[in-house]
Amino acid sequence: MSHRHHVPVLSAILIALGFVLFWYKAGAVGLPLTANVESDIWTVETRVSFVGDDQPVKVNLRIPNNPAGFGVLDESFVSRGFGLATSDVNENREAQWSRRRASGSHALYYRVSVYRDSAVIGNDSAPQEPPTVPLLVEPQLTAMGDIIRSVRERSADVATMTEQLLQRLNRPDVDDNVRLFVDDNASALDIARAAQTLLAGAQITSRIAQGFELRQDPHFAVMRPWLEVYNGARWLHFNPDDGQRFEADNRLTWYYGTSPLLLVDGRRITNIDTEIFVRRDVVDALAIAEQRASTMGSHAIEFSLFSLPIRTQAVYSVLLMIPLGALVMAVMRNVVGIPTFGTFTPILVALAFRETQLVYGILLFSFVVGLGLTARFYLEKLRLLLVPRLAAVLTVVVLLMLSISIVGHALDLETGLSIALFPMVILTMVIERMSIVWDERGPAAAMTEGAGSLLVATVAYLVMSIDQLEHLVFVFPELLLVVLGLCLLLGRYTGFRLTELVRFAELAPGGSKRS
Amino acid sequence: MKIVSPRRLHTAGVVGINARNAEYVMRYNQRKLYPLVDDKLQTKRLAERAGMAVPDLYGVVRTQRDVQRLHETLRDLDGFVMKPARGSGGDGIVVIKDVSPKGLRRHDGRIMTFSEARYHASTTLSGQYSLAGIPDQMMIEYRVRFDPLFERVAYQGIPDIRIIVFQGFPVMSMVRLPTRQSDGKANLHQGAIGVGIDIASGVTRSGSWGNDVVSEHPDTGFPIAGLTIPGWQDILRLAARCHDITGLGYLGVDIVLDKDRGPLILELNARPGLNIQIANACGLGTRLARIEALGGDQATVEDRLAWSKDVFATDIKPT
Repeated sequence: MSHRHHVPVLSAILIALGFVLFWYKAGAVGLPLTANVESDIWTVETRVSFVGDDQPVKVNLRIPNNPAGFGVLDESFVSRGFGLATSDVNENREAQWSRRRASGSHALYYRVSVYRDSAVIGNDSAPQEPPTVPLLVEPQLTAMGDIIRSVRERSADVATMTEQLLQRLNRPDVDDNVRLFVDDNASALDIARAAQTLLAGAQITSRIAQGFELRQDPHFAVMRPWLEVYNGARWLHFNPDDGQRFEADNRLTWYYGTSPLLLVDGRRITNIDTEIFVRRDVVDALAIAEQRASTMGSHAIEFSLFSLPIRTQAVYSVLLMIPLGALVMAVMRNVVGIPTFGTFTPILVALAFRETQLVYGILLFSFVVGLGLTARFYLEKLRLLLVPRLAAVLTVVVLLMLSISIVGHALDLETGLSIALFPMVILTMVIERMSIVWDERGPAAAMTEGAGSLLVATVAYLVMSIDQLEHLVFVFPELLLVVLGLCLLLGRYTGFRLTELVRFAELAPGGSKRS
Repeated sequence: MKIVSPRRLHTAGVVGINARNAEYVMRYNQRKLYPLVDDKLQTKRLAERAGMAVPDLYGVVRTQRDVQRLHETLRDLDGFVMKPARGSGGDGIVVIKDVSPKGLRRHDGRIMTFSEARYHASTTLSGQYSLAGIPDQMMIEYRVRFDPLFERVAYQGIPDIRIIVFQGFPVMSMVRLPTRQSDGKANLHQGAIGVGIDIASGVTRSGSWGNDVVSEHPDTGFPIAGLTIPGWQDILRLAARCHDITGLGYLGVDIVLDKDRGPLILELNARPGLNIQIANACGLGTRLARIEALGGDQATVEDRLAWSKDVFATDIKPT
């Protein structure tokens, strides 16, 4: 690779790498792109209560098994004194609590936190084989044939056929064939069950799901069955009460099948009750992303800042912004051409501004540097050697900061305290450098450089205090590769600085000519 | 405030700081050669070995012990200059006209006491004026008595001639005239006037002061254009040879004209400033490109001078 192309190619690779990693983490892992993205977390609590009579008891509760369209964030069981086991039963899961002797009233809790995640397919996979045609006897067999033929004639596809069928099942008074499957006061579950049988006769796979809609209000939920029909591509959801098809957006599938939610096995168990509470929480999307990455088995989170202790994370959330400040610095110096004291002084001052806020920061900075400069001019007269003089100026700076803090505190100005976060060594060096420039090049030059430093510090502060950037760099530190690439590119920038456009204005063709 | 588009500046062949650093300084000046010019003591030795004229070195203050004995060193001198060996931009240079029992009389007539001089020396040693703040040495050297030519156009200081030498070819030159504002120092940043000099003839053009174009010295009122620099061929030769002794491809050579001793090399600069373009009302880029187009053939000094004088001649006639 020739020297000429080395830097652009390297920068391109770095920038591309940064963006690819960013894209993977944002897209595949789903780390949030903006700060404070909040997602709804639904906490569903199932409370099983009963009164026992000093006899062995076994409680089987159906619990969600990787519900379609939802991610499980957290799951917990509260059951004091009970043995707990969870097991998979076909496509369902159940929790089994057992106790040798249970007397008095007991409450068992199962709590699960879920969030909407359309990527979770769960049990939404395609059925393995076509349904077995139900073994029916006359007259049901003929009735089934009639019903299927009739609804098929009036429908275009699986969806409309299911709707037709359910509507018909809801009105057994009209059709005697239907009455053979459901009676007048059939429950939704009965209808769903009948529909499943009839659909199986038409070689259409269906299943009954039980669950409820997640809603803010009311706080308790009632388990309802619905019918899911596979149309060859996906599962469609139907309400057995009216045959209406619905989208399963906010409906949490608790389990499949017609079995009851709760099975209590034991003698003389009374007052069995099941209640389901639903609560909506708003949680930082980051927590969800973390959880999601760990369930995906992705190492993106494991090897990220989130694995560090919280305190270290806090440090890094600031540290990771420094390269951005440095980039601003490089742009301000090499592209704009603003003179500053020292190379990184403005960044450190900008970091201090984060604590003091901008206006107070500038005031405090000017105040300390101004007074320090006065002290420095006095010390100049004493003819001290360089290093002891620097030490003296540093001491003066610390004393100034201390008095500002004390006076500020006495006046109830909390900002006064934040002065302590100013980098005092940097302040000392600024004072020293400024006084030399003052002596050698005059007050104008010193002021220009001082103002330039403050200007760059302000811009760096404004950039570093963009929450969105801070969030992005913290969650996607690989974006610093992009910053690195930009720094390298900037290092090969040979164009004019903005200030040079003024400085060399006379040299442009058509500019004022000399005599 | 006038502002122009970068395209127009580029067309005019103007070189900006970024381009100077990336395309000339970093490409043609090897890092390891920098100490040769950053340390003026080394430059002086190098030039002396090559038989080139430099201001005489009276002494070097290296330690605090030397500082204490400064009085003995200076006592018998007539006039001299105290200069940090690694100073930049003319900072920390003190010009002394003569020594009296009371103290040292500076170029502007102010008296510097011996204790002030000792303080100045020790500050210099601790690195106040050096490039990176590293400990330094202070040179005590011959004070140049400037050529009468400049008497009317220099305010209390020594004008010096800056020549940009690229791959051994003199490219552009100017003379820097001290003003009241620059405190007698020949530094453009401090307010000295930069006056362009025609490479072929050694005749001055009008000058630039800050961002203004001036044709008279602001303090003395005498015209600054049309002066013929005496011994111009020797000055150019001296400058061109600096490339040969240092190996630096892009070089700023500072030369002073002494009344008695003729042109003397004052110091060399591996990152010469760009104001010379303003003083000459001409961009460096076009000229540098022509030299690059030569392909870096190692011609003799005389050949290079002839080529430069031929190619870089401007049409300014002495007035």
